[in-house]
Amino acid sequence: MNIDLDGHGAYAYTGGKPFDATLPGVVFVHGALHDHSVWILQSRYLAHHGRAVLAVDLPAHGRSGGTPLGVEAAGQWIARLVEASGVQRTALVGHSMGSLIALEAAARLGALASVLVMVGTAYPMKVSPKLLELCQRDVLAAIDLVNALSNSTHAAKPSHPGPGFSIHGSNRALMRRMQRGYAEGNLFMADFSACDAYGGLAAAAPRVQCPTTLVLGSRDQMTLPQAVAPLVETLKPRVVTLPAGHNLMAEAPDGLLAAINQALQQDQAR
Amino acid sequence: MAGYSDPAFDTLALHAGAAPDPATGARAVPIHLSTSFVFDSSDHAASLFNMERAGHVYSRISNPTCAVLEERIAALDGGVGAIATASGQAALHLAIATLAGAGSHIVASTALYGGSHNLLHYTLSRFGIETTFVKPRDLAAWKAAIRPHTKLLFGETLGNPGLDVLDIPRVSAIAHDAGVPLLVDSTFTTPWLMKPLDLGADLVFHSATKFLSGHGTIVGGVLVDGGLFDWAASGRFAELTQPYSGFHGMVFAEESTTGPFLLRARREGLRDFGACMSPHTAWLILQGIETLALRMERHVANTRKVVQFLAQHPMVQGVGYPELESHPDHVLAKQLLPRGCGAVFCFELKGSRGTHEGPATRSQGKAFIEALKIFSHLANVGDCRSLVIHPASTTHFRMDDAALASAGIGPGTIRLSIGLEDADDLIDDLGRALKAAQKS
Repeated sequence: MNIDLDGHGAYAYTGGKPFDATLPGVVFVHGALHDHSVWILQSRYLAHHGRAVLAVDLPAHGRSGGTPLGVEAAGQWIARLVEASGVQRTALVGHSMGSLIALEAAARLGALASVLVMVGTAYPMKVSPKLLELCQRDVLAAIDLVNALSNSTHAAKPSHPGPGFSIHGSNRALMRRMQRGYAEGNLFMADFSACDAYGGLAAAAPRVQCPTTLVLGSRDQMTLPQAVAPLVETLKPRVVTLPAGHNLMAEAPDGLLAAINQALQQDQAR
Repeated sequence: MAGYSDPAFDTLALHAGAAPDPATGARAVPIHLSTSFVFDSSDHAASLFNMERAGHVYSRISNPTCAVLEERIAALDGGVGAIATASGQAALHLAIATLAGAGSHIVASTALYGGSHNLLHYTLSRFGIETTFVKPRDLAAWKAAIRPHTKLLFGETLGNPGLDVLDIPRVSAIAHDAGVPLLVDSTFTTPWLMKPLDLGADLVFHSATKFLSGHGTIVGGVLVDGGLFDWAASGRFAELTQPYSGFHGMVFAEESTTGPFLLRARREGLRDFGACMSPHTAWLILQGIETLALRMERHVANTRKVVQFLAQHPMVQGVGYPELESHPDHVLAKQLLPRGCGAVFCFELKGSRGTHEGPATRSQGKAFIEALKIFSHLANVGDCRSLVIHPASTTHFRMDDAALASAGIGPGTIRLSIGLEDADDLIDDLGRALKAAQKS
């Protein structure tokens, strides 16, 4: 589905079903150098189980135009996208950089946000200066490095989006496609710099009105599971830890779906 | 940031796609000889059928043992995924059938395996898919042959029978300028000698019957997708970018940015054509792949010794191996195939008794074959055992000498597939047979 925001096309995958704004919404927000397709399983399931799904491509990623945004601006962009979609109330699910953007969006949406699920997250989300330097010098090498750190196994089962796919190869190809697709600049640098620069938790947390769940990978080497103390302290979240690396959507698709479903039920119980 | 990188080839060949079995602790890959797989619940069943969850339903579509092979070869080739098929021919057919239909057009190299040529030239034309064949070294011909309905460019890493080295970087650039993917048959080289996806190819297939399994025990194929081709931007592939009524209106390019080709190939091609691989076959290929690097190194080392022997032998008119300076692709081979040019090649017998310098006769070719003791006379390549065939008396026996010449084959052309035996024994065997050919 395409929505016009600021004169740029904003694309959101609706889970293989037409978007129905009368249903409770779920917005999925991808991480750095990713797009909507990382959520294919979780978003498709929820779209076929009574939810209005928007798995977005952030500006300058995939099918959305525009330029890359910082975390706060991207949070604002998501909030405006939700309002433009007509959905009355929505859950926000974000991965890595997308988890911080989802936090910002939840803060802006206030009562419109039903649940916040932060997947593979950390705060602060500092990025090694060596990685940023590498991405300036040799972005393909930087992608390979991030890919090696993002996947904890070469044998995730049943693989993603299905048997026969290499999650390692798929993630590398996706990051290369995103980097290549933004010809106007260095998307890797923009995304990882946005993660590194974000310091808005203290301002955002008091404005988040919905329950929060953190879904962490016990083998995550990108956002270490112990690096969530400020989030736990300020958001008082439910914490779910899955046996996976940073690429939780691909390494633990069913476990993540179960965690998201539990979070959605948490809202229904309120 | 040292210490964080992709595992090397030898490690992936043993580990990619496989972990100890969580149910039994089995370290080796189990053979899942099960047609179908139990659902946890009705909701689980429905979500598997609708691609809301990943998992196995029915072994024609996917199987846990076959999936290990698929993920392993994808890792070795640097792709996003793979599909195991009943044969290399089935892999080629699956690639074409996923992208092309009646009215579609393919541009292919003339230097192809005979089975591939038959499929393209005779069989697919019956289904409305036309192929234009071009000399693989003629880059202008590749470009000129592309039409508005062209769906694929197709060649072999090392062409048949002269081992023409496909200039993948340049041919893929021509393909991409036109919004067309390049499909490459990588059977002769395996990912140990060349990774076509890294050089610019978009799709790769292997006859796993050959070096990947390596022991002449199975028939199988694997189709690999590099995941970098932009099907939506091309504008030529409604099969992937428009709703597919055969799968709930799914738009494959929306579902997966990097894997729409494989999604459609599995959910349509395997589902409907059904040329799937047996899990037992997949297991045997996995056994082969675990030692692929060791075997290919030995295959190439033996081949170099045999090539050197033949190139200097007075009964040999010529040897077609790209590592020789006499080969037209010698320079390109050094660039694209630094580890070696494989273990399959042809050489030409010289005329008998040294009384004339012309080509050998068909009867001399037969005499050579019949005198061999170690080389097995059969129609296959890539076995751990050394193999030989005389095309003029077997695969091409219906052709007269003129027709043979147009196919790049002479009456005395011999094709060898060098195995893993002691190279000195192979050289003795060949030397003895060359004497027999000389006397015939």
